[in-house]
Amino acid sequence: MGQTIAEKILATKSGSTRLSPGEIVDAYPDVVMSHTATWRSVSAMQRIGATRLYDPDRLAIVLDHISPAKTEKYAKDQQTSRNFAREYGIKKFYDVDAGIAHLVLMENGHIKPGDLVVGTDSHCTIYGALGALGTGIGYTEVTSVWVTGKLWMKVPTTIKFVLDGKFNAGVSAKDLMLYLIGKLGADGCGYKSAEFYGSAMPDMSLSERMTIANLAMEMGSKCVFVPPDERTAAYLRGRLHDFAAYQPVYADPDATYEQEITVTLSDLEPMVACPHQVENTRPIGEVVGTRIDQAFLGSCANGKYEDLAIAAKILAGKRVDPRVRLLVTPGSKEIMLEAMKSGVLQTLIESGALVTNPGCSACAGDGGMMADGEVSLSTANRNFLGRMGSNKSSIYLSSPATLAASALKGAIADPREFF
Amino acid sequence: MSAMPATLSGRVYRFGDNINSDIIIAGRYLIYIEPEELAQHAFEMLGEGFPAKLRQYDILVAGRNFGCGSAREQASTAIKGLGIKAVVAASFARTFYRNAINDGLTIVESPELYAAVQEGDSINIDLAKGKIQYNTKEYAFPQIPPSVRKILELGGLANYLKANANTSAGA
Repeated sequence: MGQTIAEKILATKSGSTRLSPGEIVDAYPDVVMSHTATWRSVSAMQRIGATRLYDPDRLAIVLDHISPAKTEKYAKDQQTSRNFAREYGIKKFYDVDAGIAHLVLMENGHIKPGDLVVGTDSHCTIYGALGALGTGIGYTEVTSVWVTGKLWMKVPTTIKFVLDGKFNAGVSAKDLMLYLIGKLGADGCGYKSAEFYGSAMPDMSLSERMTIANLAMEMGSKCVFVPPDERTAAYLRGRLHDFAAYQPVYADPDATYEQEITVTLSDLEPMVACPHQVENTRPIGEVVGTRIDQAFLGSCANGKYEDLAIAAKILAGKRVDPRVRLLVTPGSKEIMLEAMKSGVLQTLIESGALVTNPGCSACAGDGGMMADGEVSLSTANRNFLGRMGSNKSSIYLSSPATLAASALKGAIADPREFF
Repeated sequence: MSAMPATLSGRVYRFGDNINSDIIIAGRYLIYIEPEELAQHAFEMLGEGFPAKLRQYDILVAGRNFGCGSAREQASTAIKGLGIKAVVAASFARTFYRNAINDGLTIVESPELYAAVQEGDSINIDLAKGKIQYNTKEYAFPQIPPSVRKILELGGLANYLKANANTSAGA
């Protein structure tokens, strides 16, 4: 029998000939990412008394969650991370100006097809947008990989998703993923790998693929793959330091899948996740008119250039409802610059948006906190109780288009009337 | 020497499905890593009585997908800080499962016990035999793979790395 992408990558990274689901191997990641949690891994390293790294060039550090430091404690923790990076000569170190770790690492050519990437963040699945196996681990385990170079991994089974047709105007990858999470549940892909295929994939932009691979974590996926194609190559050309390293890993035609799920994109409508779980999704029609106090456009799920641009298109020449605080956080410095040069930032600001520096921002509780009874609509990936402030506030999740339409109306609105 | 006792027993507190790690410990407290500090704010988002009332219990029981969401390791550390000896769930999210083992927190998967047990009742977990005793019944549970079990037996990944410093920690 043939092999899935996860089986092949884990075999390569563990020095195995071939692997089957359920096997446990010691695998050696190509990249080990740590973000704002880096100081915790440094502290764990001191606790175990280790002083040497397996390979400093495999470490990538991005200070993204609370940036810049908002209290003295954060300042001290960031100083610890900075000092560690200097002391150990970490070349892939990005400070508080860079943006969200996932986007920064992909933009700067640190992730390539076939890589095994682990990091202190559950949304490491996003690296699957480039055909890499990304998955989240805790900070002590990151320390362990820093020191030993390896970690134990169980080979997952794989679900094959087949996406056919085209999105209707006003519907996007976020709506697709909210639909799938609602259908499969928060653990519908638990411990499993997800591979995405279908006639819709060649037209899917890298930005949309990142949204897919990011949100798939919310149905429990261990890792996600969008098999690389010409779009992937085009994105990575000029970003990878050595393009000869571009060696995509594909599943065999006779690979074994646990399940196959087909979605016809033209059947989808805008979707919203209601408080306080991502799987609590509804078609837009059921929630239209829900009053909002805040609208947050950002995060590793939907803080990319295309996300900002589609919102700007809807908001151009109009004013956000005065009852709504529209917060916009570009995902990275590169995205912010592009949005500045193209006029997208100006359009957003003129419509009433407050634009913050790049980073995780309100999604990580860094600004944009809510008081009792307040409601946020957010383009992020989580609407958990209290994640953005009071445990008596609530969060709805949507696409950037739905967010922009809703910011104009002061209540959740169907974006399709703007297309 | 094993840091893990052969049996654990005590009264259970019962949660439902999809208890995420933001609920277990909110993001604003990730500035802490010590069990005692984290425990003061564990499950705080659930409102009045939390976390204080959990200190009257010994074992948490939960439904599907316990610990889903953020990969924050402090979720398992906070539970340990409350004095909780083990978590029994119908299923665990993979990041919580790994973090609990790395943190030396005993975790047991048993959808059958979750369905049967009532809050406040006592259970006995026999780790060696892979069985939970509740009332007059026994509930078998799958053992953690032997290679991974070593980490838990030493009380967590930090201890494991210290113990294996000469072989795998690349000293």
